[in-house]
Amino acid sequence: MKTGDLVSCTLGGETVEAIYITERDGMAVLKLSSGYNIGLPPTDVRFIGDAQERKAEEPLIIQDSTLPELSIISTGGTIASRVDYRTGAVTSRSTAEEIIRAIPRMASVGQYRTRQPFSILSENMKPSMWIELARTIYAEIEAGVRGVIITHGTDTMAYSASAVSFMLDTPVPVIFVGSQRSADRPSSDNAMNALCSAAAASADLGEVAICMHGTEHDDFCALHRATRVRKMHTSRRDAFQSIGTEPIATITYPELAVSPAPHAIQRGAQEPVLNDTMEERCALFSYYPGMDPAILDSYASYRGVVIAGTGLGHVGTTLMDGIRQLVRNQTTVVMTTQCLSGRVCDRVYDTGRDLLRAGVIEGEDMLPETALVKLMWVLGQTDEPGEIRKLMQESQKGEIVRRSAYGL
Amino acid sequence: MDYEALGLMAGIEIHQQLDTIEKLFCRCPTSLRNIEERNGEIRRYLRATVSEMGIIDRAAEEEMKQMRLFSYYTYDTTCLVENDDEPPTPLNPEALLITLTIAKLLSMKPIPQVHVMRKMVIDGSNTTGFQRTALVAMNGVAGGDCRIESICLEEEAAQRVTGNTFSLDRLGIPLVEITTAPCMHTPEEVKKTAEYIGMILRSTRRVKRGIGTIRQDVNISIRDGARVEIKGVQELDLIPEVVSREVLRQVNLLAIREELLSRGAEVPDDGINVSDLFASTQSKVLKKAPCIMACVLKGFAGIVGREIQPGRRLGSEMSDYAKKCGVGGIFHTDELPAYGVTEEEVAGLRKRTGANEGDCVILVSGTEEQASCAIRLALRRAGMAFVGVPEETRKMLPEGNSAYMRPLPGAARMYPETDVLPVEISREMMDAIELPELLTDIAARFSSELGIDSALARHIAYSDRLLTFEKAITAGIKPSLAARTLISTIRELSRDGVDCGEVPDESIIELLTRVGHGEVAKEAVPEILRTLAGGAPLEEAIQSVGPTFSVDDLESLIDGIVAERKDFISERGMAALGPVMGIVMKEVRGRIDGQIVADVLKQSIKKMI
Repeated sequence: MKTGDLVSCTLGGETVEAIYITERDGMAVLKLSSGYNIGLPPTDVRFIGDAQERKAEEPLIIQDSTLPELSIISTGGTIASRVDYRTGAVTSRSTAEEIIRAIPRMASVGQYRTRQPFSILSENMKPSMWIELARTIYAEIEAGVRGVIITHGTDTMAYSASAVSFMLDTPVPVIFVGSQRSADRPSSDNAMNALCSAAAASADLGEVAICMHGTEHDDFCALHRATRVRKMHTSRRDAFQSIGTEPIATITYPELAVSPAPHAIQRGAQEPVLNDTMEERCALFSYYPGMDPAILDSYASYRGVVIAGTGLGHVGTTLMDGIRQLVRNQTTVVMTTQCLSGRVCDRVYDTGRDLLRAGVIEGEDMLPETALVKLMWVLGQTDEPGEIRKLMQESQKGEIVRRSAYGL
Repeated sequence: MDYEALGLMAGIEIHQQLDTIEKLFCRCPTSLRNIEERNGEIRRYLRATVSEMGIIDRAAEEEMKQMRLFSYYTYDTTCLVENDDEPPTPLNPEALLITLTIAKLLSMKPIPQVHVMRKMVIDGSNTTGFQRTALVAMNGVAGGDCRIESICLEEEAAQRVTGNTFSLDRLGIPLVEITTAPCMHTPEEVKKTAEYIGMILRSTRRVKRGIGTIRQDVNISIRDGARVEIKGVQELDLIPEVVSREVLRQVNLLAIREELLSRGAEVPDDGINVSDLFASTQSKVLKKAPCIMACVLKGFAGIVGREIQPGRRLGSEMSDYAKKCGVGGIFHTDELPAYGVTEEEVAGLRKRTGANEGDCVILVSGTEEQASCAIRLALRRAGMAFVGVPEETRKMLPEGNSAYMRPLPGAARMYPETDVLPVEISREMMDAIELPELLTDIAARFSSELGIDSALARHIAYSDRLLTFEKAITAGIKPSLAARTLISTIRELSRDGVDCGEVPDESIIELLTRVGHGEVAKEAVPEILRTLAGGAPLEEAIQSVGPTFSVDDLESLIDGIVAERKDFISERGMAALGPVMGIVMKEVRGRIDGQIVADVLKQSIKKMI
């Protein structure tokens, strides 16, 4: 039997007709005429007729050519979806027409062209895909779009955004957007986030950013600099937070008014450049009390390692030999902090000073994940140790804030 | 009315909250709160999602006509799940077990594997925009021969505070929905079935009690009419009235249909803007409206104003539809001139719209958007008059009338809740469920075993102090004392504004035990309960009423009082008992059993005369 077939079964002495949905974990799943799904042993289900094909009515979409042209690149994050109530299937939508049908107001913000380099769950993202994504974005910028929107699963969105940020100098806004609550639900944050991202992509901004709910309310989205943002909650709409800096803009809803912050980079401030080499043999680990130094042996072949150390940037002295060995073998070791907020300083305690003597690079106030992505990119640009150190300790894309301002 | 001849078919849906420790899909308690206790507020929009068939469900579409911002109050007893900011927990097993117990009591067949669904509801009462619901069992019997179609376990919606503001304390409380077949044919039958199912639910002793914890929806149709669902009937006694008034409405709508067809009546597609006609009107409503739309209903004269339920006209139905666009209602020429609209204005209106004598003109006012939406919806309802009775979901009005809420929802608005895994229901699980004794059986047992009057026995069995009563009987307290205290005394106190709901069972039982031992006078019980209800511990409550009076003390007190009134007693003989009793009781009321006082006094007087 296939999805949509008409079947019958007996429930409490009454014969009931239903639509066959699927077989899962040894049970046949049926949809009753009331709309309810039930599961029962497949042997209790009798086929009575083939699925009736139903053509979906698709209203024609005509885009307004006077509006700014925006590119939507979908990577698998669901910004729009459609529910088949007959079978209960939820499918994601990614063509311009489909997105406008799902979120009609998008049509009044811009006209869209769409690209889909790949479609994956964001936890399956890989550095090679960051490169592909960066190239796709670069091509769209070269094609002359006014802004780029990337729909992305939220789990690893911050990694992808910072990777693109390091690889790409952009004159136009490059806005990553996702949703924390599924797009099929009427309460989803997808529509507001998408509309705000379209507004941000048309605004006078010129950098890579993440656009997500600013609060628990549907009142405004915050635009976060790609290298300073982190997913700080598993499920809340306002999970994305700028760490150690303010968001670069806010976009009110439903007005879609964009207010850039003074430190935001303006549209056209840089020429489009793509530096798309990344060294994938890099790793990130968190130090924890009692960590077995032998773990470091597995990083012997790596070109770079980022440590999320304790406090100001420490590891237990039992790891010191292993770290010295790594550095001797030309592995770049960068120290960040698992505190996430605050700056690394390995000059306060002996352990820190030992780490510096061993050749560890202080990662300033970089987020551990950003430091990892940056290290991949830096090692893709140069092999020269002095140059690596210099690049790692200077801000390339706002990932390092030189002053730790009070109140953030 | 001859309901049989009219072909009345009625069914009911009963919604009953379950008294579980935690909510259905999160670990919050199932307690209701005062809105003053809220600790926050969140503001959200809801939007209907498009379905594969290209259809936004018609009920959902109705709600979408207005883009609305909803506010939700949060409490220290609600969490991110109610906020729709965290995935749901697995289906609460305690709630499922209660549901299966009810299913078993109604001889229903459980679904082998229960799937939780999302039912689209975008009126704001669910933060998600859907209500989670699962079909648990099917095909049972209620009492005689009424078939129960299904029992579903679902989450309760948020409580509307006002307008678009909701309170999240109620959202997620487990709720069973029991649906009967349309097997009832008289209003009284509907009430009887509802009563029976209510008794079954309460027999589990795991359902919530009190106002709002049980709601009945009634489905009604007559021959040539249509299925209409009337929501939110909270009182059983109102059910027959609701049913008979709906039958009346359908009968009248069918008569209107015949008349319209014979008159060759017509309804246009759209209205026209007549704002200029009312530029200097004295009508308060029209004066402040930026836009006034009107249209003529050919052949409708006298019909728009015709009564279809006591105090409600066809025009009221059209108003209900128009209100969905945010306007206050409609005006029509069957009722004009009135409301500040003059005869001249009506004449002008008739002229502009080209209305003849046999026609009726309707009028709506609001912003341009509201008015054009409202006139179209009013026209849509006018067009339905040719069909007779439209299928609708309606809400009950206080006296038993009903008003339009939304179209009957279709099956299109359900899809799976993928965040909750299906639950299998095995035969072993069902076999292990022990059926509770039905309240009707309990009442019969009290009556026969304890010798309580059958009305009182029923009263106890159905009361929320049943458990206390049973504990009291087990503790050896006389049934009559326990029944009187738990039913009459507590009710009298509650009429006095004293709520004994928080008084622990243990205190009541200990109190009654002491009464049984003669340590506390039974006259003192109301006073002691009153003090207990104020939060005092038992000992303190007993002391506050005064120390108990021993029989010895009583005898010496009475001897004294009798001696003082020697002449009076000698003169009146036993007739003095009443007046002297009054004097004694003044001293000892609430401290010793009045019967003992009477006995001792009688002896004392006898001795004297």
